[in-house]
Amino acid sequence: MKAPRIARSGDRYPQQIDRAPSTLLAGAVPWLSVMLASAAPGWAFIASAPIVPPLGLMVLLGWRLLRPGLLPLWAGLPLGLFDDLYSGQPLGSAILLWSLAMIVLEIVETRFPWRNFLQDWMAAAGLLSAAIFFGTVFANLTGGSTRLSVMNPQLLIAVLGYPVIGRLVAVLDRFRLLNVRVLG
Amino acid sequence: MAPPTNRRPGFSRRAQYSLFTGYIVAIVGAGLGAVLLIVTALSPHAFASVRGAASDATSPAAAATAQARGAGQGLFAIVAGYIAAGSQNAQLRHEAEIARVRLAEAAAVSDENRRLKATLALMDEEPRPVAAARLIGSTANSSRRFATLSVGSDRGVAVGMPVRAPLGLIGRVLEVGHRTARVLLITDTESVVPVRRAADGVAAFAQGRADGSVQIRLISLGVNPLKRGDVMVTSGSGGLYRPDIAVAVVASLTRDGAVARVLSDPAASDLVVVDPMWQPPSDVPVPVPTKAKR
Repeated sequence: MKAPRIARSGDRYPQQIDRAPSTLLAGAVPWLSVMLASAAPGWAFIASAPIVPPLGLMVLLGWRLLRPGLLPLWAGLPLGLFDDLYSGQPLGSAILLWSLAMIVLEIVETRFPWRNFLQDWMAAAGLLSAAIFFGTVFANLTGGSTRLSVMNPQLLIAVLGYPVIGRLVAVLDRFRLLNVRVLG
Repeated sequence: MAPPTNRRPGFSRRAQYSLFTGYIVAIVGAGLGAVLLIVTALSPHAFASVRGAASDATSPAAAATAQARGAGQGLFAIVAGYIAAGSQNAQLRHEAEIARVRLAEAAAVSDENRRLKATLALMDEEPRPVAAARLIGSTANSSRRFATLSVGSDRGVAVGMPVRAPLGLIGRVLEVGHRTARVLLITDTESVVPVRRAADGVAAFAQGRADGSVQIRLISLGVNPLKRGDVMVTSGSGGLYRPDIAVAVVASLTRDGAVARVLSDPAASDLVVVDPMWQPPSDVPVPVPTKAKR
């Protein structure tokens, strides 16, 4: 066990004698936040047009770009399965697209190790556009016949809204590492 | 941002293997997704029970959110109401007077209708609704338009039953879970509703366009008789939806039909009613061509 560090001024996570980050909180918050972002928009609105951006994917990309390696590379499989159960997409659509998105980000990261937020945003915008496009194509292959132009507002909102989700993920990241009370 | 330092596994065999396994599982995951997609494409309702169980599991949270949503909408309506209160009051008073007259006329017509039906010995069949329920969710970002209903097979809801709100048709039940059901909204591109113009019975189909409107396709092509503001109601053909449920109002004309706005916005429909199927598929009589008597 580490010796408690003395709190300094300006330290964001000052360690105190009976306070420590909880491993449960630190591990569970990324997964739960993506799952909540997948399921909750469907409860909040009864939307007659598909204008709500794919929030689950946006939060996943946010975590992946903010904290690489926190979510494992295969996180697209379980989280995509969960998203498919609630999104109305044919089952398998998000599993495939989210897994591919994680692999693509891995490649982007080895190719461009030093990035600023603008490049992260561009990467996320590209992946979100591809996911919305192929998601619509998959939905059309399994019974729908939606014109792709219907998805344009959603695409715009998703790309412009990504920085907001990025901030939200940063707030959640601070919550994740919060010092909670340690008993005993 | 600086690249993370913990990416390299170093000499640790365990770290190397776990990194390698991560890649393998991710690629296998993508392949699994593709396989599931193909299965879904071949039989669209293959995973209905899984989806039903999933939406059953979250139905308490969804129902709580639905109530909050209803309250929130009420609040917005009240605030918006104050802004235009004066002119709206006068206008509504005027409309209420007209409506009172119309109501009396409608009551007379309905009375006459009943008498005529009695003379023809026709049964007045108003179907008893299967269940009253709440829409507790919908697909938010998918191009497919589904909603989740707060009742399922425990209340006798079955696949194919029409769902309507006081203002008009919402859709039909597509998949049934134990406590929830998935509704195919009439704005989904897969939904086709046989409709007719309320005024004179021009027959058409209403197909969803996935953006809150429906495409009205006329059955008999020719000069487009539709006009803006025409109300389309279900025609009852096909046996799924009973006749005369309001569906949509024509918003703009196209070459061979019209684009119509759906009357019952599912977002504004708090409570909905599940009706029994008008005529179950097995009971639909095959129309026999008969010679008209003269």
